[in-house]
Amino acid sequence: MELLLQQLFNGLTIGSVYALVALGLTLVYGILHIPNFAHGALYMVGGYITLIMMTEAGLHYILAMVVSICVVGLLSVLMERLVFYPLRHSPPIQDKVAAIGILLFLEALAQFIWGADYRQMSTPFGQVVEVFGLTLTLQRILIVFAAIAVMILLYWFLKKTFTGSTIIAMAQNREGAQLVGINTHKVAILTFFIAGALAAIGASLTSPINLVFPGMGHLVILKAFVIIIIGGMGSIPGAILGGYILGFTESLGATYLSADYKDIIAFVLLILILSIKPQGIFSKGGV
Amino acid sequence: MLEVKGLTKRFGGNVAVKSVDYSVQQGKINAIIGPNGAGKSTFFNLITGVHEPTEGTIIYKNQEITRQPANVIAKLGVARTFQSTHLFEMSTVKDNVIVGHRLRTKSNLFDSIFRTKRLKEEEQQCIAKAEESLDFVGLSHVSDQLVTNISQEEKKRVAFALALATDPEIVFLDEPTAGVNPDETDEMANLIQKMSDKGLTICLIEHKMPMIMRLAHHIMVLNYGEKIAEGTPAEIQKNEEVIKAYLGGTVSA
Amino acid sequence: MNILTNKKVIISLLIVLGIVFPFIIPNLYYLHIMTLAFIWTIAVYGLNLLAGYTGYLSLAHGGFFAIGAYVIGILTVKLEMGFWLSFLLAPLVTMFIGLIIGLFALRTKEHFFAIYTLCVGYIIYLVIDKWEGLTGGVRGLIGIPLPEAIGPISFQSPTAQYYLAFIIFLLVVAVIYRIVHSLTGRTFVAIRNSEDLALSLGISTKRNKLLAFVLSTFFAGLAGAMYAGFIRFIGPEIAYTTITFDLLTYMIVGGIGTFAGPIVGTFLIVIISQNLQFLQDYRMLIFGPLLTLLIIFSPRGIVGFIQMQLYQRKRKKQESLAYKNREEETNAGG
Repeated sequence: MELLLQQLFNGLTIGSVYALVALGLTLVYGILHIPNFAHGALYMVGGYITLIMMTEAGLHYILAMVVSICVVGLLSVLMERLVFYPLRHSPPIQDKVAAIGILLFLEALAQFIWGADYRQMSTPFGQVVEVFGLTLTLQRILIVFAAIAVMILLYWFLKKTFTGSTIIAMAQNREGAQLVGINTHKVAILTFFIAGALAAIGASLTSPINLVFPGMGHLVILKAFVIIIIGGMGSIPGAILGGYILGFTESLGATYLSADYKDIIAFVLLILILSIKPQGIFSKGGV
Repeated sequence: MLEVKGLTKRFGGNVAVKSVDYSVQQGKINAIIGPNGAGKSTFFNLITGVHEPTEGTIIYKNQEITRQPANVIAKLGVARTFQSTHLFEMSTVKDNVIVGHRLRTKSNLFDSIFRTKRLKEEEQQCIAKAEESLDFVGLSHVSDQLVTNISQEEKKRVAFALALATDPEIVFLDEPTAGVNPDETDEMANLIQKMSDKGLTICLIEHKMPMIMRLAHHIMVLNYGEKIAEGTPAEIQKNEEVIKAYLGGTVSA
Repeated sequence: MNILTNKKVIISLLIVLGIVFPFIIPNLYYLHIMTLAFIWTIAVYGLNLLAGYTGYLSLAHGGFFAIGAYVIGILTVKLEMGFWLSFLLAPLVTMFIGLIIGLFALRTKEHFFAIYTLCVGYIIYLVIDKWEGLTGGVRGLIGIPLPEAIGPISFQSPTAQYYLAFIIFLLVVAVIYRIVHSLTGRTFVAIRNSEDLALSLGISTKRNKLLAFVLSTFFAGLAGAMYAGFIRFIGPEIAYTTITFDLLTYMIVGGIGTFAGPIVGTFLIVIISQNLQFLQDYRMLIFGPLLTLLIIFSPRGIVGFIQMQLYQRKRKKQESLAYKNREEETNAGG
């Protein structure tokens, strides 16, 4: 029972991070219909910037995270302006290749600047606390609460502010949004910034319990794709729900099935889903 | 020659085509008209196998083709064009059209790798067919140009040539003159007439009323997915329901 | 006509160069690099058939390469089968696995297909990495035997191995040439342009997409088997996405959907990489942005760019000729 609770909490922690990364991916997909394969690289850069700000600039963890959010957000915007915007009328295969090019570049760059070794990130929230008989680190609790707070904030921004509602409008109907006078460039830039920021938050939160290295984005991005396919490409609640579903499945699978193959769960899930429903679970059939 | 009974298509809760009975008259130019969103394109897509109908039957030459895939229907002699042309821009006009006759050939991977006699013969046959079709639509002079360098109207003609290269008996044309200027529209109309004179059965969707009224032998009007009228151009122009559907606008030119 | 004869001259020159290469540069290291380049090119041709000609970007290609390598590895090392029989079976087994995966993967399109195959690639990697009993896990398989001698021809020396790879390479190029320049190739291109249009032209897109997919896995498996036979040691890293992305880079740089693209891209990058040894781990610092820039400014790579230049030059020549003729006519008339 205690093991189960512990694993459920772990699932909650991993799921929170997955949900954050998947949210960024799904927002970008919703607006521009680009499956941004470079999103995992943004996540990785986010981890590094926070780490470097702490070790080199001596900033506090939280402050370092803020810097990371800004840097990665801007990097993401830069990507949209320099690469995806010029390709907006190209066949879909080109977006994907371009994104892969960025991914390869950013990984090589990270390895060039910061080396290939696995690095540990310290955290001021390393204390261990007992909650309901469970032994938890403060960092894990922080992950869960910070992620939920970010999601609520994002939800509020998208639903209750004018700027946010333009994103939703554009995701629903691009031409329509243009017709009612929404500046689609601005919306695209904003969306990419948010996506980058979410990736940076996710990476910075999880790095103290995982490790920072150039390939840290690989599995995360793949899983984020699995999540948004489960949750419906472009759907925001779908990304959150999918993130937690995968988080729980993985942590329970690792305990009760096989720790070796836990990473495979997500991919098998995706392959099963797409084999049965090639357009994803929540696709709108027909035209 | 092609008959449709009780054809219905629902997308989720929306009914795009509602219990339509219709028959395409052999050797004639048949037109389907109707306001935007009347279900014309969906109707085409049902007949040519792009979508599966929810209910109803489609019979072509005494053979039921209701749930056959598009490629099987094409083989039976039903060709179609699309509103947008989908050609390979970086390749020549002729190269684009050669594949149009592929459905009448039998060469497989083995033939291709070993360049068998069958492959060589069939390739010649496809090339000859492409040249013949391009000649018919009046594009022989640009057959070696890249598609990216020819005009919009010429691209439309290439799409016609592709459809003709399949050796069809009936051709469905989805808005053949969309995005083409008035002078060129007349030329396209002449080409359609020429196809009809050659003995092909034509069925087309159009918005340009003057052209339809001049060209078509038989017109069906769709509105909100339902057939509201059917008849000769003169009958359609007088039909009150049709006039009402077009919001009081005149149907005649 | 001029270009055609030119083409023949160029091809003959290249083949001769391939034959005499071991004599001009009797450097074992360069021989090794060239042999590898032949092997990579074969894999890239497989990818190009699917992604370039048929329009389906598969990100599982490295995985199929690894399957080919591991099939020959397992057959020779674990089951102690002969090299040639294993070498024959490797691409066939890969193709069979490709057929089963293709049946499901090809129900998806575009983005979904790319993501689906990326996941397939990852699963292949994870299975190879974790299934120690079969694949040797992280330690990999050591001691894949040399090809047995055929009559008097032995494959002991690197030069002999070079020629073996070269011959298979030429065969593959010829087969690919025939495929893409035949009705089969035209059918693939029609699918890439528009599946709806292809269907309306009576083409069974399902069957032809599967054919392209299976062929692409065949060439990936063949290249993998050649790699295993040449390097004689394989580890799970050959199934990692890095290989897929390397192959993708070769294809895009050379020219996706062009016939010469895979050769140009692969040899160019392999040779440049060798001369930028100090960059080895960071080669993607250059090739990553190159990939992105090329896809924006010359989507059909180097070969596509050159083709376009040649075509435009020809067109200009024709136009100026026509103009000249017209001028002469008016002059004569006036």
